[in-house]
This record gives sequence, structure tokens and C-alpha cells, in this order.
Amino acid sequence: MAVAASAGHADAHEHTPPFFQRWFNSTNHKDIGTLYLLFAFSAGIVGAFLSFGIRMEMEAPGLQYFSNPQTYNVFVTGHGLIMVFFMVMPALIGGFGNWFVPLMIGAPDMAFPRMNNISFWLTVAGFMSLVCSLFVEGAPGAVGAGTGWTVYPPLSTDGHPGPAVDFAIFALHLSGAGSILGAINFITTILNMRAPGMTLHKMPLFAWSMLVTAFLLLLSLPVLAGAITMLLTDRNFGTTFFSPSGGGDPILYQHLFWFFGHPEVYIMILPAFGIVSHIIATFSKKPVFGYLAMAYAMVAIGVVGFVVWAHHMYTVGLTLQTQSYFVFATMVIAVPTGVKIFSWIATMWGGSIRFTAAMHWAVGFVFLFTVGGVTGVILANAAVDRYLHDTYYVVAHFHYVLSLGAVFIIFAGVYYWFPKMTGRIIPEWAGKLHFWLAFIGANVLFFPMHFLGLAGMPRRYADYPEAFAGWHYVATMGGHIFALGMVVFVIGVVMAFRSKERAADNPWGEGATTLEWTLSSPPPFHQYETLPVIVDEPSHAH
Amino acid sequence: MTDRRPTSAQNRGVRLTLIACLGLVAGMTALAFAFVPLYDLFCKVTGYDGTPIVGRGPSATRAEGTMTVHFDTNVAPGLPWRFRAEAPRVEARLGETQTVFFRVTNTASVPTTGTATFNVQPGLLGGYFVKIQCFCFNEQTLQPGETMDFPVVFYVDPAARTDANTRDYAEMTLSYTYFASRNGQPTAALATTGAGAGRPN
Repeated sequence: MAVAASAGHADAHEHTPPFFQRWFNSTNHKDIGTLYLLFAFSAGIVGAFLSFGIRMEMEAPGLQYFSNPQTYNVFVTGHGLIMVFFMVMPALIGGFGNWFVPLMIGAPDMAFPRMNNISFWLTVAGFMSLVCSLFVEGAPGAVGAGTGWTVYPPLSTDGHPGPAVDFAIFALHLSGAGSILGAINFITTILNMRAPGMTLHKMPLFAWSMLVTAFLLLLSLPVLAGAITMLLTDRNFGTTFFSPSGGGDPILYQHLFWFFGHPEVYIMILPAFGIVSHIIATFSKKPVFGYLAMAYAMVAIGVVGFVVWAHHMYTVGLTLQTQSYFVFATMVIAVPTGVKIFSWIATMWGGSIRFTAAMHWAVGFVFLFTVGGVTGVILANAAVDRYLHDTYYVVAHFHYVLSLGAVFIIFAGVYYWFPKMTGRIIPEWAGKLHFWLAFIGANVLFFPMHFLGLAGMPRRYADYPEAFAGWHYVATMGGHIFALGMVVFVIGVVMAFRSKERAADNPWGEGATTLEWTLSSPPPFHQYETLPVIVDEPSHAH
Repeated sequence: MTDRRPTSAQNRGVRLTLIACLGLVAGMTALAFAFVPLYDLFCKVTGYDGTPIVGRGPSATRAEGTMTVHFDTNVAPGLPWRFRAEAPRVEARLGETQTVFFRVTNTASVPTTGTATFNVQPGLLGGYFVKIQCFCFNEQTLQPGETMDFPVVFYVDPAARTDANTRDYAEMTLSYTYFASRNGQPTAALATTGAGAGRPN
């Protein structure tokens, strides 16, 4: 797209508020984005520590580190909840969304800057509540909630009399409220505050992805809030929504949970789809292939994502017809996803590709996400799922799409936008070394889990027979390699801040066409004193 | 060049979007709670997830063949009752009305009240298991040491043989669990353990 009136930098208004006011009462979308990214990184460290505990225990059969296997369950639960609600979502939606949606659509800030602040601090409060739950009694004689991230009753009601599950539920309430407010903010901003001339069909794909994600949040999170509120009253106020003793049904919880839970997985991956489109287009020096198809593929994924939830519950006794429907509907999602994968490849095709660190991560994502997508199509079969349900095959599948999908794009986004956000430059070698360590480490970590799952290794057990020992050992070694990559990442960031080198306004050259690259690096505290006007050009970019 | 201050049209748009979004959230929350009675109704009407159908009279149709119905009896912790079926299983002709007695004994030294919940397995047969009369429709109070025989009157709908999902089932299980109860509401606290036992309330 061409920008007729480039944004004048508001250098005259560059006085930033004092420290406390700036970072604690923040209403600036870029500062809040930064807060979200720092929070996601901190929560990610806690979540990674828990996964490290899991991998150490699984390195060999028998109980090495957890004298009480219930504590292992608590680690698994904490890892899942933290990574989903307090790492991936804050990083992709709160972090990159806040930073770059207003910049890309030419808006001075979000529509409701103060609500933005509430969203962030609600998320932090939710995380605190979850951390509290790790230290109070859950199941009799053990601390923490060992329910899995799905919090199924009756385990979460009768199985955990202590307050740990209440704290975990409260954590989900708080972060859910924060996410809903954030989603309202994104929708209002995107629908009302685009720069003059930027129609929806000229809007960058990342803004599209955030629009779809925000609608998914708005439609699915209230259902989760309802379901866990029922859990809470079942636990504390004697209601029997999910308890057969009063005519309730635990399966009802599973329906409600997965009506939220399946859109939730797209909430985590759609923003990544948006980011990867920009990175691949930038470093292929081509507009993204099939812009409109890319945008509407995300809409289609969002819509169909709401009608496939029962593929998580094939084994609860659905009729054959119901299962056939859910198999079919689930496989339909592979079509828009395939449109996206092929469009990314077509964008690279014939392009002038530069393998920067960010491009490494983006291309790595396309490959790994495809692997995870293929195992997803396999698991979509109700008959096959009978065999693979709750095995490590499922663990491998969702780590390929999330740990290797969403997380790879979080790092891709960091390497792509770090110069814009900070004005500093992470050395390219650090980004590439980090990528190769993470790529090799994550594959060594998660690929053997397919074999373990096919061999019958169930999820969520602290101990296992000797037969599974080999691949578990390999997986743990992969985890160490991945962790080493994180060290390289931190070194890269430290070097960026110690170096005197400063980033140009647009360090990536002519391939980077979105509006944020027309601003200084880092952008002024208040951008777009005069709004950019988007004029039509026959071959507009993404 | 455009002024960056929002126009009144933009303000109106922002307000409309906000109201629409809040409405969407409220609607979805309401839907989550509305799903509870709807799901209950859905289960009762269709027999989904092993919820037996409540019938008003005997079956209008008969068919060749039988269904072996196993009985499973459980008492939830906190209710000092013994609970057994008179026979572990019956061979029920399709469409024929059957009566089976269940024997319940209160082993406590005080009167206690219980309600039974019920379910059939495989769940798909729930829609074809029709109960005409059952002790589980009401709660029962037993005096100390009292023993009662409660009847269940049921038939297996011959249509089970024409449904492709259930055609091949020759056996099923009817399962009851007695829970301590007060005015139709489940309670965990009872005589033997003293008040206040069970889940924190």
C-alpha cells in the first residue's frame, strides 16, 4: 500500500510520564504491549520450569523427583494453564496485538486505552491466583490443582476438596475477563479507527487475524466462564450442575469446556498466522500470495472452529452419526488451513528470499505446523482416536501446533519487530543459533512422543513401564537442547541492549510495507499526529 | 491530511461496537447457563448419554428376541444403606413389561433418607429403556433397621433392534446409585459420620 501523507513524528510531544505512571497506570498501547511481552516472558519461565520438572521425571521409569505423583499432576496442570493463558495469549494477543494493530491500521492508540490497562492487570492478577493455587491444598494430602488444564469434574469437584482448584478457577475468571475486555478493545479499534482509505480489504493480515481472534474470544470465553462458575458453585455452594447425585451430568462440563476449548486453540494460532504472513512477505520481497483468500481462510477457520468441539470427546458415547459429523467437520478445517500453508509457500515461490533470523523462524513454523496439522487430521478420525485418545500421540500433536507453532512465531515476531519496538538490533547470529537449537531441540523433544503414543504410553502419568524408557530419554535430551536455545536468546537480547548500534526506521528494506515501518524505531510515544492516508494502487501489498 | 481527533461519527461507531460486543458477551454467558436445562431436557427426551425414558404405560409393540438386563447397585459414601437387586440380571423379551424388586436396608440407628440416580450402559440404549414405575422417581425414608423392597417396572423398546446404532447389543446394564438426600436435594452429611462431613459447604 502507498502512504500518501507520511506520518509526521511527534517529536515535540515526546515527554513521557514518570516511571510509576508510565508502567503501572499505562494507557499507551505500545507500553501496554511491552508490559504484556515482559509478563508473557516471565510467566513462560515459570511454565518452562514446570515442564522441565515433567521432563526430568519422565527421563527414566520410576519416581525420581516426585515422591507424590499427585505433585507431578500439579506440574502438568500448571504447565498447561500457564502456557495457554499466561504465555501464548499475552504474548501474541496482548503483546504483539497491542503493539502493532494500532500501528498497522494507522490509529493513534487503542479505542479504550484505560480498559487496555485493566485487561493487562487482570491478567497479572489471574496469574497470581494460579501461582497461589500451587501452594495450597488441592487433593487430600497434596498441594496444588492436579486436574489437568481441562479441569474435568468429578476430579475437580469431589477429587480436590482443598482450595487449590478454587484459586485455579479464579485465575481463569480473571484472565478471561481481561481477555474479553481486550477483545472488545481490538474489535472496536479495528472496526472504527482505521486510517482514512484503509478498507477492511486493504487491512494488513495481522490486523485481520486479530479481528478474527477477538471475535473468537468474545464468543468462547463467556462459555468457559459459565462452565467454571458452575464448577465453583458445585464445589462450594452445593449445586449439582455436574454431579449425578443431584441429577447433573459431568459430560455436560466437557461439552461446555470444549465449546470454549476448541476455538481457544485457534485463538492461540490465528495471530501467529497473521505474523508469519508478514514475515514471509517481507523477506520474500513480494506481497503475500492470495491476500483475500488468506484473510477469509482465517474467518473460515474461526467459524468452523466453533462446530467441531466434540472431536475431543469421541469416547464419551456419542452416536455413530454424531461422531461422523464431527470427523467430517474437523477435517473440513484442513481446507482453509491448507489454503494458508500453500499461500505462504506461493509467497516464497519466485521471491527474492533473505534468510534472516525472523525468516528462519517463519519457515520453520510453516514446516512444523504442517506436521502438527497432519497428525491433527489423523486424530480427527473417531476410530483412530479410540486408540490414540489421551496418549502421548496427542501430546506430540498439540505441542507441534502450539509449542512449535505458536511459540516459534512468538520468537519470529520478536526477531522481526525487536528493532521496531526497541530501536536496537539483536545480532543475526544469535537469532539463527537460537532457531537451530530450538528447531533441533523441539523436534528431538516432541517427535519421539508420536512413537510413545502409538506404543500406548498414556498422558499424565508420572511413571511408566521400562518399554517406553528409550524414547522418553531422547525426549528429555531434546528438552535440554531447547533450553540451551533460550539461553542464546537471552544473550542476544542482552547484547542488543549493550550495543551502540541503532536500528533504522525500516531495517528490512522494501519488502516491509506495513505502516509501522514508516515510523521511527522505536516509534514516538504518540504516533500519527496526522493520520496516514491510504491511497489505492493497482498492486497493493498485504 | 486528516485531523487525528475522532469525529462524532467515529464516536458513534465506537459506542455501537462496544454495545454490540458487550451484548455478545452477555448473550454467550446466558447461553452457557441456558445450556444446562436444555441439555437436561435433551437427555430426557432422547435418552442421550444413557438417560432412560420415562413411560406412561406398557409397550404397544412386541418383537422377537430378548435383551439381557444386568443390575448394578451402589450406595454413595455417607448413606448407611445396603442395596441389592433380587436377581443379578433378567432376560427381558423386547416390549414385554418386567418388574424387578430391589431390597434396601437402613443399617443406621436413626431414620435416613436417600434418592437413587440411574443410568444405563451402553449409553446409546438409554432411549430404548423405558421405565413405567421406579423408586428412583421419589426419595425414600427408612426407619432404623427397616428393610423395604422397591419395584422397578420397565420394558425394552423393540425399536432398539431397528436402530443401526443399537441393533447389535444383546446385553445392557441398569445402574443405580443411592445418595443421601434431604427434600430431594443431595446431602453429604449423615447420621453415621455426624453432621458436617463430606465436601466443604
